[in-house]
Amino acid sequence: MSELERFRSDVRDWLEKNAPAELRGRPGSELEGVWGGRRWKWENAAQKLWLERCAERGYTAPSWPREYGGGGLSREEAKVLAEELRRLKLPPPVIGFGLTMIGPTLLAFGDEEQKREHLPRISRGEIRWCQGYSEPGAGSDLAGLQTRAADAGDHYVVNGTKVWTSYADKADWIFALVRTDPAAKKQEGITFLLIDMETPGVSVRPIKLISGSSPFCETHFTDVRVPKKNVVHKVNAGWTVAKALLGHERTMVAEAFGSGGGAGGKRGTLGERAKFHLGSENGRLADGVLRDQLAQLEMDTHAFALTLQRARDAAKAGHQPGPESSIFKVYGTEVNMRRQELLVRIAGPQGLGWEGPGFDPEELATTRDWLRSRGNSIEGGTSEVQRNVIAKRVLGLPD
Amino acid sequence: MELIRTEDQELIAKTTADFVSEKSPIARVRQLRDANDPVGYSRALWKEMAELGWVGLVFPDSFGGAGLGFAELAVVLEELGRTLAPEPFLSTVLLGGQALLLAGDEAAAKAWLPRVCKGDAILALAQQEARSRFDIDAVETRAERSGTGFRIRGEMIRVLDGYVADAFVVVARTSGGPRDAEGLTLFLVPKGARGLEVTRQTRVDGRNAALVKLDGVEVGADAVVGAPDAGHALLSRAIDRATVGLAAEMLGGMEQAFALTVAHLKHRQQFGVPIGSFQALKHRAANVYIELELVKSAVMAAARAVDADDPELPKLVSLAKARASDAYVLATNEGVQMFGGVGMTDEYDIGFYMKRARAAELTFGDAAFHRARWASLSGY
Repeated sequence: MSELERFRSDVRDWLEKNAPAELRGRPGSELEGVWGGRRWKWENAAQKLWLERCAERGYTAPSWPREYGGGGLSREEAKVLAEELRRLKLPPPVIGFGLTMIGPTLLAFGDEEQKREHLPRISRGEIRWCQGYSEPGAGSDLAGLQTRAADAGDHYVVNGTKVWTSYADKADWIFALVRTDPAAKKQEGITFLLIDMETPGVSVRPIKLISGSSPFCETHFTDVRVPKKNVVHKVNAGWTVAKALLGHERTMVAEAFGSGGGAGGKRGTLGERAKFHLGSENGRLADGVLRDQLAQLEMDTHAFALTLQRARDAAKAGHQPGPESSIFKVYGTEVNMRRQELLVRIAGPQGLGWEGPGFDPEELATTRDWLRSRGNSIEGGTSEVQRNVIAKRVLGLPD
Repeated sequence: MELIRTEDQELIAKTTADFVSEKSPIARVRQLRDANDPVGYSRALWKEMAELGWVGLVFPDSFGGAGLGFAELAVVLEELGRTLAPEPFLSTVLLGGQALLLAGDEAAAKAWLPRVCKGDAILALAQQEARSRFDIDAVETRAERSGTGFRIRGEMIRVLDGYVADAFVVVARTSGGPRDAEGLTLFLVPKGARGLEVTRQTRVDGRNAALVKLDGVEVGADAVVGAPDAGHALLSRAIDRATVGLAAEMLGGMEQAFALTVAHLKHRQQFGVPIGSFQALKHRAANVYIELELVKSAVMAAARAVDADDPELPKLVSLAKARASDAYVLATNEGVQMFGGVGMTDEYDIGFYMKRARAAELTFGDAAFHRARWASLSGY
């Protein structure tokens, strides 16, 4: 038995003994699960037990070094662990931006004190993080951000507003980009700063969307005092840190849309839903125009899935990432938006409900999903910016 | 199914690319057209391609082929597609050749495929009629029993490479109504058969085609290819494979058309700047790029599905052809537009790509046809 096989066998044994039975078969998702944090309310005892056991073994952050609360696993071992968790359909013990964003950032750019203070608390699910980048005046032009961190000796005084901060009303800490040098060129006066949300002067307001409530918030900073030790990497070098994180976020967003396909829901596939709402003749959708649009959507979704697969297969074979990955975010989101439009059209007049009687839950969800989907081409880098990036980086077109 | 090229496939790509750049530049298309070349392609180059193993690539080595697959053939066709090389892969290797290969008729295959692999014989599939559009079952050409054989009467059009073919695989109806899938039979008819009249057609993309009139052509019982009266399945399989090959060729053509266009955007100056600096053109170019990458994936998947005998093949064929059709037309329409006035001149090459894009779009089913086919195959 190879070392890796022995590792797999140990993991299996441990999971058999330690994974609570009621959590098996409920894999959750990137947005559903235990977010943790100071104010976290446990849904049941099994969730708490699962997190504690995994945290103790380092399985919440498998690839992080052991001294920071991670499992110290190699890439192959982490893959094995993920496979074994999937095999029992177990949810990850804890999820959130601590694990996916600020954790890896601190490992790459943080100093020893920051790693020791923040990483173990992330891995134990004790502290929940949110991200403070965009501002009302700085969306696509993120480098134009204005939240000011004024030098006050041993600390900064932060004033400004962040917007689109997901779950800021539930988070314990925020990692924010702030302006420390207003005189410098805009990218060169930005600092990556960690701020405790309980610091006096931090206030949060949820943002309601056209689709209803959302996890997004406005976060206001009024004379918030932040110790200088909370600067990650170097003062005025925050843009470097942010760029690394942004690229990572865009890949995550793209892959979320990549799975596309299969409408699911009680009424089955898109074709079945369409036939249900619009009728069919001899098994064929009665509305020829919609039939064509539906086929187009499914075909585009499949071509996109094949392109994601092509990129994955190339990566597995050890090739450098190719230019095709630049299309993932823009195309994946636009296909999803077309899908949501089509679903509302298929529902027809039953797609105009907001809530209440006369609309079934799936119809109401269809309407909300369509509304929410309009943001896909805007968030995580607008489609227009994505096309600029393709034109510049892939096609080499001049500025 | 892995969507990557193997080292061997990369080597084939490089060899083909080198050959094409040396011996089959885009200029050939204009030369052949202007000379009103009687053959419409180069017999010498075809022979060289046969010697390189490309013509026989997907045929078994018992017939003198290389015993490789469509994943490899797609690579060759893509490279040839970059310069619109007109050699008869579609007619001979893919349509006629696949019909003989898949029919399960040893005698017919042995009689023709070794010569095909050597580059010594051209085959054509005569299957389209005036009213058939994209429906392969719309056949009114009739084959009636005549003694121990058959007498075939009808008019076929747009027969690819028909006027240079050494033999025709003719689709005729032996029973059933004019659009029935049941009742089709494939026959092998050699050129020069009595009653066979072949007239050259001139296409917008300069490719070879012919009108083939059969005026009581008599053939023996041994001329039947595959199962009599049940030719639909064989015809459908051959055309699906040809469609994959065409989509691969289209991918190469659209990639080159796009490369020419992007180069133009970088070099052409107006108002003191390269026109590629205008955001509207950047975004439109990015859109074409996105479409190309999707076609690349679809062609790779379809080619591998042929080799894996994947039950999803018909859907993947439709995906590849539909996307390739829309993307090639988009790339070349945008290409002509972005070249501006010179894009409309015969002197520039971009027009040849636009013409080929349209012709290819309208061969073996356009995008709308394939979307309808996808819908049927998906149960709606």
